[in-house]
Amino acid sequence: MTPRQLWHRLGSPKWFYHMTGPWGSGFLALALLLLSIGAIWGLAFAPPDYQQGNSFRIIYVHVPAAMLAQSVYLVLGGAGALLLVWRMKMAALVLETMVGFGMWATALALFTGAVWGKPTWGAWWVFDGRTTSTLVLLFLYFGLHALRRAIPDPSAAGRACALLAIVGAINIPIIKYSVNWWTTLHQGATFKLTEAPAMPATMWAPLLVNVLGAYCLFAANLIANLRNAVLRRERSTQWVREMVGLDQPATTR
Amino acid sequence: MHPQRRNRLLGVAFVLVGASAAVTLMLLAANESLNLFYPPAKVVNGEAPVGVGIRAGGMVLEGSVQRAPDSLDVAFTLTDRRGASFKAVYSGILPDLFREGQGILVRGELGADGVFQAVEVLAKHDENYMPPELLPLAAGVADQESRQPIGLE
Repeated sequence: MTPRQLWHRLGSPKWFYHMTGPWGSGFLALALLLLSIGAIWGLAFAPPDYQQGNSFRIIYVHVPAAMLAQSVYLVLGGAGALLLVWRMKMAALVLETMVGFGMWATALALFTGAVWGKPTWGAWWVFDGRTTSTLVLLFLYFGLHALRRAIPDPSAAGRACALLAIVGAINIPIIKYSVNWWTTLHQGATFKLTEAPAMPATMWAPLLVNVLGAYCLFAANLIANLRNAVLRRERSTQWVREMVGLDQPATTR
Repeated sequence: MHPQRRNRLLGVAFVLVGASAAVTLMLLAANESLNLFYPPAKVVNGEAPVGVGIRAGGMVLEGSVQRAPDSLDVAFTLTDRRGASFKAVYSGILPDLFREGQGILVRGELGADGVFQAVEVLAKHDENYMPPELLPLAAGVADQESRQPIGLE
């Protein structure tokens, strides 16, 4: 299959539904496996930090949640562009179904950040560049959720949400570089693309496992949500009716 | 590319570039107030306002912490290790991470005498996490170089 054919097929809800059957459960199983390993490894076997002791361990939830929060938004922004420019049906469904997942990831990142901040910084919340821009991200998710419900016409709501997702994606680099552009209480990036983590492998390996697990959970959620949305959207088409037994398959009729 | 799609792509790109430019200009205009705290150099050279609520930050100078024997009063010096330092006084419970050499933020008012009257003390840590048993190995190099500037510059 050429890339061009794959591109067109990915845009076809029917092809997507038939191809992704085993993928969703595969990613879910992988996510549960990785997250269990990462949680046990990080909470029981990784060494404590020399300064923070055991409160450092919340990093094993905080960093994966924060990475997901931003990645999901980037995916929504990309889906928004695909929807606005190419009118791709599947992109509309991504934009419609993944807002909740991103919202919960952001809420989890903010909550674990507060729980981590209290014993280490001495405050639940400080309005610095990193924390404030992450709070803005949560409000952007709220906005996407509300905008969808404020516009009755589904395709108009989809286009409005696509525009908000694209414009809101500007916040992602702001979150990323906030700790470099301004003085903040929040520490610098844990994982950088250009250099090895500043902590030893016994500390970052379980974190990497949890990050991979979190992305598998994202993939599992994306596939399951999309499959549900495809069925709902295509419920009156021939192939769905045949699949659920409402119509006889054309060949036997 | 289909002309209609190309137009829509240009439209989306235009919106994105325009919105990015607007946000960039806003952030540049607000740059100073987006900083969470004043580093020691700005406190010393008078860029930090006197008598208004602000935050300042620095590393706790070794040997500078003086605790009152009969109260929670504490005085310490915050430095950037590049020649600028100021004294801060505080009354209350310090965060667990407060120690000599640690990055610290104080919230309160800078007095006319150059002493910072803190009403809140926050500890800043960096991303260089380390198990306790590695501390003696890392102390020599890391304390001097990589562990020193934790965004306080």
